[in-house]
Amino acid sequence: MSQETYYYVPGPSRWPLVGSLALLLMGSGAAMWVNHIGAGPYMVLAGFLVLVFMMKGWFGVVIGESEGGSYNKRVDLSFRWAMSWFIFSEVMFFSAFFGALFYVRTLSIPDLGSVEQQMLWPEFKAAWPSAGPGFKEAFTPMAAWGIPAINTLLLLTSGVTLTWAHWGLLKDNRTQLKLGLVLTILLGLVFLSLQVFEYSHAYHEMNLKLSTGVYGTTFFMLTGFHGLHVTIGATMLIVMLFRVMAGHFKPDHHFAFEGVAWYWHFVDVVWLFLFVVVYWL
Amino acid sequence: MEATVPGHADTHAHGHHGHPPSGLMRWVTTTNHKDIGTMYLWFSFAMFLVGGMMALTIRSELFQPGLQILEPERFNQMTTLHGLIMVFGAIMPAFVGFANWMIPMQIGAADMAFGRMNNWSFWLLPPAATLLVTSLFVPGGAAAAGWTLYAPLSVQQGMGMDMTIFAVHILGMSSIMGSINIITTILNLRAPGMNLMKMPLFVWTWLITAFLIIAVMPVLAGAVTMILTDRHFGTSFFNAAGGGDPVLFQHVFWFFGHPEVYIVVIPGFGVVSQVVSAFSRKPLFGYASMVYATASIAVLSFFVWAHHMYTVGMPVGGQLYFMYATMLIAIPTGVKVFNWIATMWRGSLSFETPMLFSLGFIFLFTMGGFSGLVLAMAPVDVQMQDTYYVVAHFHYTMVAGALFSAFSATYYWLPKWTGHMYNEKLGKVHFWLSLIFFNMTFFVQHFLGLAGMPRRIPDYALQFTEFNQISTIGAFGFGLSQLLFLYNIITCIKGGPKAPAKPWDGAEGLEWDLPSPAPYHSWETQPTVK
Repeated sequence: MSQETYYYVPGPSRWPLVGSLALLLMGSGAAMWVNHIGAGPYMVLAGFLVLVFMMKGWFGVVIGESEGGSYNKRVDLSFRWAMSWFIFSEVMFFSAFFGALFYVRTLSIPDLGSVEQQMLWPEFKAAWPSAGPGFKEAFTPMAAWGIPAINTLLLLTSGVTLTWAHWGLLKDNRTQLKLGLVLTILLGLVFLSLQVFEYSHAYHEMNLKLSTGVYGTTFFMLTGFHGLHVTIGATMLIVMLFRVMAGHFKPDHHFAFEGVAWYWHFVDVVWLFLFVVVYWL
Repeated sequence: MEATVPGHADTHAHGHHGHPPSGLMRWVTTTNHKDIGTMYLWFSFAMFLVGGMMALTIRSELFQPGLQILEPERFNQMTTLHGLIMVFGAIMPAFVGFANWMIPMQIGAADMAFGRMNNWSFWLLPPAATLLVTSLFVPGGAAAAGWTLYAPLSVQQGMGMDMTIFAVHILGMSSIMGSINIITTILNLRAPGMNLMKMPLFVWTWLITAFLIIAVMPVLAGAVTMILTDRHFGTSFFNAAGGGDPVLFQHVFWFFGHPEVYIVVIPGFGVVSQVVSAFSRKPLFGYASMVYATASIAVLSFFVWAHHMYTVGMPVGGQLYFMYATMLIAIPTGVKVFNWIATMWRGSLSFETPMLFSLGFIFLFTMGGFSGLVLAMAPVDVQMQDTYYVVAHFHYTMVAGALFSAFSATYYWLPKWTGHMYNEKLGKVHFWLSLIFFNMTFFVQHFLGLAGMPRRIPDYALQFTEFNQISTIGAFGFGLSQLLFLYNIITCIKGGPKAPAKPWDGAEGLEWDLPSPAPYHSWETQPTVK
């Protein structure tokens, strides 16, 4: 524990309330939207815009305080703990969906094909991939060694370029920092484009949809939430690039950059698990 | 409004960061742990009353057999919302309120680690509560699948279920951010010399609780997200025709749900540990074993979830594993109860209200633990599943456990918050009425359950009438007794005898080194702990 006894306590702020308003709009709007009530989508959109406004304002204040020198090493350590625990919570969120995948593969599909269910589903043979006994259309499961393998390579490379950028920041080589960041962002965007292409291919050529039984369910929910996290990570990286352009960060004071890097590596590791258990095995 | 808020009295005299905004804006924009703790506590009490009204509605319907005041759908909505509001709206925010008030003061920190995020954690609760409560008034009414939201029932219901799902998402964000804040504060903001094994038990229990919350709230978010996509986007998580399984929901839910019941009660363990030690005028017996026992309970809670599901058709090997794993929890729990009793052994005991509630906790929570052991036995549980025995069991842990320890904490720290002593006689009356009416309400439910009365049903067979009437009268008595509590708190905030810095002579901890009421900003210069 740091022995510095001073700790920065921020003054009153209106941003949290703005954020609460945003989530109230988004939550109630989404509940209306899924029930086909007209105002729903507009409320979600409005809420989202308020949320973006809140993030811009709130993070702006934090960045100002950080660059203004309000944060000492002890505040920095708080950010490190907080980001670590946040990533842990994300790990647990993904594990719920991985758990669902393992459950259907090892328990529910074999059970549906077992002797006990013969009367109900006489035709059904338990095997993975499966869309369940009630799904009658043919579909093609996603193969691992095409785009997914390329995507694995892209994300792993992006981890390397990001670390290289971090090395640049540590030895105050801003050109290396910028180049590494730009490369990482580009790799992330290419990854996302390939995911979009893969989804479109699945929907149009392979008859593989979110509604294609548990296979479609687990495939799209797991890769979809991962893709959402890549999008968030890439957005944060772009913000980091703008901050680097604006001259922010010093070799000994740049936790925002490191936190984003941790997040990016976390998203990377999730992908490795996805590649193995969703695409490959 | 300002006069009714504990901790406000000396705000301006001690505020070193300039004046906070006045009026409503102070509360909306505050980053002060005491203001936020106060808001958590009042919000929690309001939700306690809302959830309590729902409980009384349920008990009124059950006063006699047949349908009196509620349609069956409304009855199910009441049981569902009562559970969700009490767990997520009343008990959890109450303990986050105590954490906000006390943890910085107990570890010698100026405030919580993240003041603005702390504010947001609180202000996410009103939108979530709004979604939950207003769902009663949409077509189809509120969610009616029980607080556990089991599929396939939850996949079939109306718009109220979607509002509940999004409310749970917002509540989850709130408690994850709150927990990250608490963990960071405890790990990083302790005063010099306050090493981990010197921390007060309340701080330790919150450290462990916050870890549990961060570990399992995202799993609940995943579970309700699966319900949402099964409802509206054609996924098949819980649909056997698509290869899924409704039982999958129960697994994911209870992986969250079992740690959740410890999230609700573990901070109460910390409160009781401190209160029993203070009013026995002895250091806590077995401090280190208390810490290890709490940590063991937390770890074990991840491996026992399917004891809620013995009747779903689990293989017998699974039943045996979950039965023995569950019984294992009795060991660290026994260590704790033993330590509390050993702390009192040959102590110089006195029985002020906080001590009374803590003793009530120890006695009744232990009974709840024993009925838990009964339910843990798979062959026995097959008879008891979904009967009033289960209702009796978990209300012994939730009400006589978590709620009694929250009362104990309130009376224990109220002088520190308000600068005034509460009315001791009224406090004792509150305790005895709560104790008597609590047992009147719930003790008889053991018999109802053993006799086979199913829970979550608005009607029952004639032979259950007497016990149900006793239970309903007890519930109304319990509810009305809580008005004494509210009255006592308000009069304590408004006036009463001046409280010294340390009103309890046996109490230990840094919070008693601060004046009463505690200044708006405490420990701007950190104390050194020897």
